[in-house]
Amino acid sequence: MNIQDYLVPHHVDECLAMLNAWGGRGRLVAGGTDLVASLEYGKAQAEALIDISAMEDLMGFEIQDHELVVRAGSTHRQVSAAPRIRQLWPALSKACGSVGSPQIRNVATLAGNVVNAQPAADAAVALVALGARAEILSSGGRRLEAVENLYGGLGQSRIDSSREILVALRVPVPDAGEVNVYGRVSPRNSLCLPIVNAALSLKTAGGTVLSGRIAMGPVSDRPFRPERAEAALQGVALKDRAALSEVGRIAGEEANPRDSCLRGCSDYRRQLLTVLIRTLLEDAAAQTAEEA
Amino acid sequence: MMKALTFTLNGDQTRVEVDPGELLLDVLRRRLFLTGTKKGCGEGECGACTVLLDGQPVLACLLPAMKVQGRAVTTIEGLGHEQRLHPVQEAFLEKGAVQCGFCTPGMVLSSKSLLDGQPQPSEDEIKQALSGHLCRCTGYVQILEAVKDAAEKMTRAEGRKGHA
Ligand SMILES: Cc1cc2nc3c(=O)[nH]c(=O)nc-3n(C[C@H](O)[C@H](O)[C@H](O)COP(=O)(O)OP(=O)(O)OC[C@H]3O[C@@H](n4cnc5c(N)ncnc54)[C@H](O)[C@@H]3O)c2cc1C
Ligand code: FES
Ligand code: FES
Repeated sequence: MNIQDYLVPHHVDECLAMLNAWGGRGRLVAGGTDLVASLEYGKAQAEALIDISAMEDLMGFEIQDHELVVRAGSTHRQVSAAPRIRQLWPALSKACGSVGSPQIRNVATLAGNVVNAQPAADAAVALVALGARAEILSSGGRRLEAVENLYGGLGQSRIDSSREILVALRVPVPDAGEVNVYGRVSPRNSLCLPIVNAALSLKTAGGTVLSGRIAMGPVSDRPFRPERAEAALQGVALKDRAALSEVGRIAGEEANPRDSCLRGCSDYRRQLLTVLIRTLLEDAAAQTAEEA
Repeated sequence: MMKALTFTLNGDQTRVEVDPGELLLDVLRRRLFLTGTKKGCGEGECGACTVLLDGQPVLACLLPAMKVQGRAVTTIEGLGHEQRLHPVQEAFLEKGAVQCGFCTPGMVLSSKSLLDGQPQPSEDEIKQALSGHLCRCTGYVQILEAVKDAAEKMTRAEGRKGHA
C-alpha cells in the first residue's frame, strides 16, 4: 500500500470535492473489509483513502415513500439486527446476518458489498432479488440504477469508487401477498463464503405466484437471475410441490457454477442450487400460508 | 505524510504518528508495543487480532488505524493485570480454556463485549459471539464453559454491588 493521505469528510459535498481534488487517485473506504486486502495484494490502487463510514448524511436507514432507504454507512450488523427489516425484508436481514463474522459485520457495509461486485456477495444477492436500486452521486449529478445493472464483469463494479459515491440503496416495500426469502449453503456457518446462495421475492395472491424474482450466486460473473425459472414461477400454486421442484430444476439448469476445489465441483453446486431453490420456495409457501 | 492519531487506548488518551494507510494492528504492536493483540492470518479469517472499538469487537488486521481517531479502543492489556484479572480472564484460566494462548486475547475480548451487553447469554448467543474466532488447541468446549462461568461470576459480583 502506498497511501499518502487519509481523509475524513463530514458531508457528501465535501467528499465529492475530495474525490475531485485527487482526480481519480483517491478512493472511498467504508468498513475496509474488502478494500484493505485488495490494496495489500495490489488488486486495487489508491493514493488517498476517503473514509465515509462516519459521515452523518450517510448514516442509518428508514422507510420513505414506499421504499427502505439504506444509507451507505449502514453496516450488516445494524441492518440484520433491525426488527422492522427482519419483518418486511427477511431475505435482506438474513443475508446481512450471514456475512463473515460478528467482527466483520460490525464495520462492513451493504454498499461495500455491492460495489465489491462479487457474484455471491450475500447482501447483493438479496438486493438483486428484492429489486433494489442504488442512488449514486458524482460531480455530474445524482442517478438511480437497478443494483443488478451495476456489474461490469467478475469483481468489476460500474460504480467508480474514485469518482462516485453510492449514497443509498433503495428497496421497495413489499405489498400485501409479497414474500421474500434467502438461503445459503456453506461448510460452516461463519467465516465462509457460500458454496451457493439464493434469494427470492414473490408476488402471490390466493396461494398462487403472480410473478417472482430469483437471484443466485456464485454461478455467473454477477448475482444471476435465471430467466426461465422466473417465467416458470408464474401461475404456480404454492401447494404444488412438484411444480416448485420443477422451478428449482430449471434454475439449476440455467446456472453455470465453476468447479472449485474448495467449494465443490460444478455439478454438485448445480444440484445444491436445485434443492436450495425448491427449499426456499417451500419456505415462501409456508410464509404466505401463515399470513393468510 | 505522517498523520497524528489521537484516541483513547485502554482508558488513556493516546497520541501517535502513523502512516496514512497503516493498519491498527501494526500501530498497536509495532508503534505502541502492545503485543497482546495477535496477528494470525492477517486477512480477517481467524479473529486473533480482535480488539474492541467503542465496546464492539473489530479486526485490527483489516482496520485502517485512522478509523479509530477520537474513539475508544480496548486491547487485552486494558482488561486486567496479573494481580487482578478480569472475571473473563479468571474463568478462561480456571476452565482450561487457554492452551497455546494465541487465540485467547481475541476470545476474551469478544466474550467481554458479549457479557457487557448481555449478562446472561444463552449457549447459542455465546457461540454466535465467538463465531469469528478460530482456536487450534482447545476444541472450543472449555471456552464455552469459561464464558458461562464468567457470566455467573459477573452476575454474582453485580449482585453484591447491588446489596452493598
Ligand atoms: C474474512 C472475510 C470474510 C468475508 N465473508 C463474506 C461473506 O460471507 N459474504 C459476503 O458477502 N462478503 C464477505 N466478505 C467481504 C466483505 O466483508 C463484504 O463485501 C463487505 O460488505 C464489504 O463492505 P465494506 O464496507 O467493508 O467495504 P470496503 O472494503 O470499505 O469497500 C469495498 C469496495 O467498495 C468501495 N466502496 C465502499 N463504499 C462505497 C460507496 N458508498 N460508494 C462507492 N464505493 C464504495 C470501496 O472503494 C471498495 O472498492 C468477507 C470479507 C472477509 C475479509
Ligand atoms: S489476524 Fe486478523 S483475523 Fe486473523
Ligand atoms: S489456545 Fe491455542 S489457538 Fe486457542
